[in-house]
Amino acid sequence: MSEISVQVDRFDAGQEYAALIADDTDGGAAVFFVGRVRARSEGRQVTGLTVEHYPGMTEQALERIVQEARQRWPLQRVRVVHRVGALALGEPIVFVGALSAHRAAAFSAAEFIMDYLKTHAPFWKKERTPEGDVWVNARDSDQQAAQRW
Amino acid sequence: MITVLFFAQLRDQLGCESVSVPAQDIGTLAALRGHLVARNPHWQPHLEADSVLFAVNQTLVKAEHPVRAGDEVAFMPPVTGG
Repeated sequence: MSEISVQVDRFDAGQEYAALIADDTDGGAAVFFVGRVRARSEGRQVTGLTVEHYPGMTEQALERIVQEARQRWPLQRVRVVHRVGALALGEPIVFVGALSAHRAAAFSAAEFIMDYLKTHAPFWKKERTPEGDVWVNARDSDQQAAQRW
Repeated sequence: MITVLFFAQLRDQLGCESVSVPAQDIGTLAALRGHLVARNPHWQPHLEADSVLFAVNQTLVKAEHPVRAGDEVAFMPPVTGG
C-alpha cells in the first residue's frame, strides 16, 4: 500500500507515522524522514518558504518514484506527503516513510525516495528573506545523491 | 494547438505563464523551443539554458521528444522540492 499526498495543510509527523504502521504486523522496520523549513540557507536569513508545483505531474512523478522504490526493495508500506503554498519557519515540508520487514530496505527506500523526489518531482521553493523573495537554486550535491542509486 | 506552460523562476524571467502554439510545422520539443525563441528573442537565454527541464503530457522528456496537437508541454527550471 502506498499513500501519496500533495497538500497545503500542515501535517503532523506523528500522525503520518501512525498511518504508516496502522494495522500492520509484518513491517519490523519503519523509517521516516521529515524535511523542515530552516532559518538559514546559503548564508541568507530566511523568514519563510513558498512551494510551487506542477499540479497533476507532481502526483504522477511521486507515484513513479514510489513504484521504482518498490521494485528495488520489499516494502510493506510507503507514505509520501509534500506540502505546497506558504510555509513558516520550522514547519514540516515533506514526510517520507518506508515500512519493511528489515531495516536495510526501509533505510535505503526512504533515502532513495527523498533523493529522487529532490531531483525528479516538479516542486520549486522560493525563500522569503528580508531582502525579498529568492528562488532556491538546485544543488549539484542533490544530483550526485540521486545518481548513486 | 499545443499548450505550453512555464514554471517558477522561468515563468518570472519570461513574464509569461502559458502560451498556445499552432501544432503545424512543429515536430519536436526542440523545434517548439526554436519557434518560441523566434517569436520572443529575449526568451532565448532562459529557454535554451542547459538546466531547463522539459515535460510532455506531464512526463519528463528530452528535447528530441516529438510534440503533437493537443499536447501539454512544460518548460521548467531544475526542481528544488523536498
